[in-house]
Amino acid sequence: MTNSLRAPYDGVVIAAPVTIPYVRYSIESAQWWIGRALSALVAQAGIKASDIDGMCVSSFTMGTDSGVGLTQHFGLCVRWLDTIPLGGASAIAGLRKAARAVQARDADIVACIAGDTNHVDSFRLTLENFSRFNQDAVYPYGAGGANSSFALIARNYMRTFGVTREDVGRIAVAQRTNALCNPHALMKTPLTMEQYLAARPISDPIHLFDCVMPCAGAEAFLVMREETATSLALPAVRLLSTIERHNAFADDPMQVRGGWAMDVGELYAMAGVKPDDLDVVQTYDDYPVITMMQFEDLGFCRKGEGAAFVRQHDLTIDGDFPHNTSGGQLSVGQAGAAGAYLGLVEGLRQVLGTAGPTQVGNASLALASGFGMINYDRGLASGAAIFAGPSR
Amino acid sequence: MIDPIKPPRRKNPLLRTRLPALPPRPRSRTSHGFTRAAAEGRFVLQRCEACGCFAYPAREACPSCLFDGLTFVEAPRRGMLLAETTARVPSDVYFRERAPWRIGLVKMDCGPTIVAHLHADCVEGAAVRMSLQLDKSGQAVAFAHPEGETANMADDKQWREMTADPKFRRVLVTNGRSVIGQEAAVALRAAGAKTVFVGVAEPWRPFAGENLLRGQDGIEIVTLDAADEKVVADLAADIGGKVDILVNTTEYVRPGGLLDRRGTSIARDEIDQAYLGFINLAQAFGPAMRMRGADGINSSAAWVNILSVYALANWPAFGAYSASQAACLSLSHSLRAELRPGGVRVMNLFTGPVDTEWFQTVPPPKVAPRAIAQAIVSGLKGGLEEMYVGDVAEEIRQRLAANPKALERELDR
Amino acid sequence: MQSKNLLELASAISSGAVRVVDLTFTLSPDFPVIVLPPEFGQAAPVRIQEISRYDGRGPAWYWNNVTFGEHTGTHFDAPIHWFTGKDLPNNAVDTMPSKDMIAPACVIDCSAQAAQDPDFVLTVPDVEAWETKHGRIPDRHWVLLRTDWSKKGWRDYANLRDDGAHTPGPNPAVMKWLVEERGVIGFGTETIGTDAGQAGHFDPPYPAHHFLHGAGRYGLQCLCNLDQLPATGAVIVASPLKIKNGSGSPLRVIALVGST
Repeated sequence: MTNSLRAPYDGVVIAAPVTIPYVRYSIESAQWWIGRALSALVAQAGIKASDIDGMCVSSFTMGTDSGVGLTQHFGLCVRWLDTIPLGGASAIAGLRKAARAVQARDADIVACIAGDTNHVDSFRLTLENFSRFNQDAVYPYGAGGANSSFALIARNYMRTFGVTREDVGRIAVAQRTNALCNPHALMKTPLTMEQYLAARPISDPIHLFDCVMPCAGAEAFLVMREETATSLALPAVRLLSTIERHNAFADDPMQVRGGWAMDVGELYAMAGVKPDDLDVVQTYDDYPVITMMQFEDLGFCRKGEGAAFVRQHDLTIDGDFPHNTSGGQLSVGQAGAAGAYLGLVEGLRQVLGTAGPTQVGNASLALASGFGMINYDRGLASGAAIFAGPSR
Repeated sequence: MIDPIKPPRRKNPLLRTRLPALPPRPRSRTSHGFTRAAAEGRFVLQRCEACGCFAYPAREACPSCLFDGLTFVEAPRRGMLLAETTARVPSDVYFRERAPWRIGLVKMDCGPTIVAHLHADCVEGAAVRMSLQLDKSGQAVAFAHPEGETANMADDKQWREMTADPKFRRVLVTNGRSVIGQEAAVALRAAGAKTVFVGVAEPWRPFAGENLLRGQDGIEIVTLDAADEKVVADLAADIGGKVDILVNTTEYVRPGGLLDRRGTSIARDEIDQAYLGFINLAQAFGPAMRMRGADGINSSAAWVNILSVYALANWPAFGAYSASQAACLSLSHSLRAELRPGGVRVMNLFTGPVDTEWFQTVPPPKVAPRAIAQAIVSGLKGGLEEMYVGDVAEEIRQRLAANPKALERELDR
Repeated sequence: MQSKNLLELASAISSGAVRVVDLTFTLSPDFPVIVLPPEFGQAAPVRIQEISRYDGRGPAWYWNNVTFGEHTGTHFDAPIHWFTGKDLPNNAVDTMPSKDMIAPACVIDCSAQAAQDPDFVLTVPDVEAWETKHGRIPDRHWVLLRTDWSKKGWRDYANLRDDGAHTPGPNPAVMKWLVEERGVIGFGTETIGTDAGQAGHFDPPYPAHHFLHGAGRYGLQCLCNLDQLPATGAVIVASPLKIKNGSGSPLRVIALVGST
């Protein structure tokens, strides 16, 4: 299986990036948040709900509902439907499936939506019921949830490559700077390196500002063929390439790389671009150390050089490597599965030039990545996409 | 290096007793292969019958060759601690109250990596020895110990959650008239129990070994006839709030099955002592024990039953007695479930014929009462749920597993 | 006797002119019972199990289920209890003549001897000495052996040693003599059993049981308060439970004592 066998995403575009502003706790249901996102998609695209003939949904808190229940709930009649439970990789995976669906004309307009609510106890319940391996062999061990699992990965990674907390902290501090430009970010006060280092430990070496804040919210976009977008007079983003991988490097005793490292060559080859060409990068930042890993695995530096990379670059909106320009999950909040969409949706706005206060000047080429499902001892799912705005 | 735990101070009566919470309970059905092993103190992993590779966590198919024949087999316990972390603000009540809680990822020499609770003396990058333990929810968890012995090892805070160590705890041995009860009292006291209350029924009747118990420091004789509802309730009213471990040594052995006995009076005595006695003890002492499962160093911790292995398979020579033991075994499972909310363990010790007067004509091997006493202590220290003491008990267990019908025929002699 | 006299008796009881002395121990689980070698069938001890106590099991009432052997607590022995009385007519508690339930008593005080020797044995000369002082024992009277044994703690009361119980009682000759020469209606003791603790070694073994029941007479044991009775003149009321074909039963024993 070589790259040349993959069909290009010719004629596939993405439009109408939508964010329903997050709140820390919500008494509304996940279905409410998803409904708001659908409504916003229809309004922003200037279409009728009945024009949507494909839907792809991701959520942790829909209870017993899946995508099909939502069709009746929202009065949709679709001919293509998917429910993607891939956590932080859901946006990339959803985009890939929707792209092929519209390309093959199985559907014309696919709404890709992720939304979750956050009741006072939802986060604990999500942790408790995450997966079978997690239930059997992780959660009963201190019930630290993802914090403890990533703490083990972070500790091993930091020790193996000589990474300090300060190195990792640069990512979090830069994202907070970006978040201060985003009126919808839940974190609204500046974060200094001193504050980052002095934060309370959660699960060593993970401290408070290494963690995302669980919240409620929704994100969405539409996938369609270029001619559909043109007929609707919708500004659209061209999809250039994607990768997706699950359970990569299973023989590594501990995770020091994600599945991106397996497929990164193909990602750039399919898009016909180099890492240096990118104007904006949106990584999956459930923990800053995972972002550092992505800088290596997505080809911005070599394995073990992530710390040096962040020392040498300015990751803010105005910096030389604009990264997670909305503030990312670390500063905006993690609205469940919508966290997977956050970077991609912000990336779409960047290349469309509609990012407003977080806009990077002249951004036309972007990368967004996803990472998810710490089923047992490592994150299993990884993905990435490169896309270009109308100006490119 | 762990500092030894200190004897608990007297309780401050102005403070509310902390109620027990339990660690996360749900497990897949397959995962209970570990529960079964942990109950007996064995360390097992799944191994593929086709390709021989070890797997963890519990799976339904081999991750190397997809064969569905994964069996739980004894596995090498050695591994290496790859990384550790200390959970400081868990979202779960049980762990939040016990935070900081230390866990780690262990690469086993035989292949799999295991997330495990860590003994405080485990060092990152060093070898560890793995065991399966039952946590307060009664579910199996992996526990990593340092490879060698370290000072005050059993006093480790996390380890003590996995055990019912008698150290500093107060124990009620229900029947001090029996040799087993006397040996158990002495052994528990030697294991660091603060006080061993020893029940004596009909104190107006002298009994052999009485002088061993009287006047011993830390051993207190109390009036207790398990079969007498009121006496049991009265004793619980006195000491129920400070019984941390209850060792049910009720003993009523009489030979005979059905046809060679006349009437039901002996059977009634068997039921009175063993079965109704169990109920009286449980009703009187169980509720307070269930409340006190998280009451500090000397929290309530365990209930021990000494049962005949013939509870599992009837021995017609002692047929009615076997049946009374089977009834108690069944009751113990109910008790285990009912004490679960308190995190209180129920340990059953199965023995073959004991070297006491009622098995006088039974040929050896017989179990020495002292061996039972030692097993009680080691079982409590190891946090076990099921023990088979002596060669006969172990043999019956294996023969039952191999072919219950063959065992039934062979016991009929 | 005229009814008038009976009413006078009732009035005297009511006024206290006739004292009613309770000779009964409280029936409770902790009271010692006869101990036989373990391979024999055993008397069921007294068990009291609550049915309800103004609670969910019965909101307005309190009651218990009680179980016990026929020979527990202060109890009565009927002739059918012993092999020597097994073929007599009306030999069980349900068939015995009702009139036998009320009879006068002679109380022989041996408390001084019993205090000296737990194995004290009552003999014919002892009784003859008593008769010298109090007169001949009349026909159909109870003979009650006062030893003050009922005042002891339970352990000393049972007084079990590795060769059995050591408690006072009658010897064979005195029992035969009381039954045949004095026609007693029965014999009563403070100890567990009408016989001495070591009576199994007598000839015949357990002579009180042997001779009393063989002649259709009765036994009373585990009595207390015998020290409150006069040597003669007290009337004993001892009506066992009417248990079908019963060999005995716990009962309330009272004595009527007139003024002297």
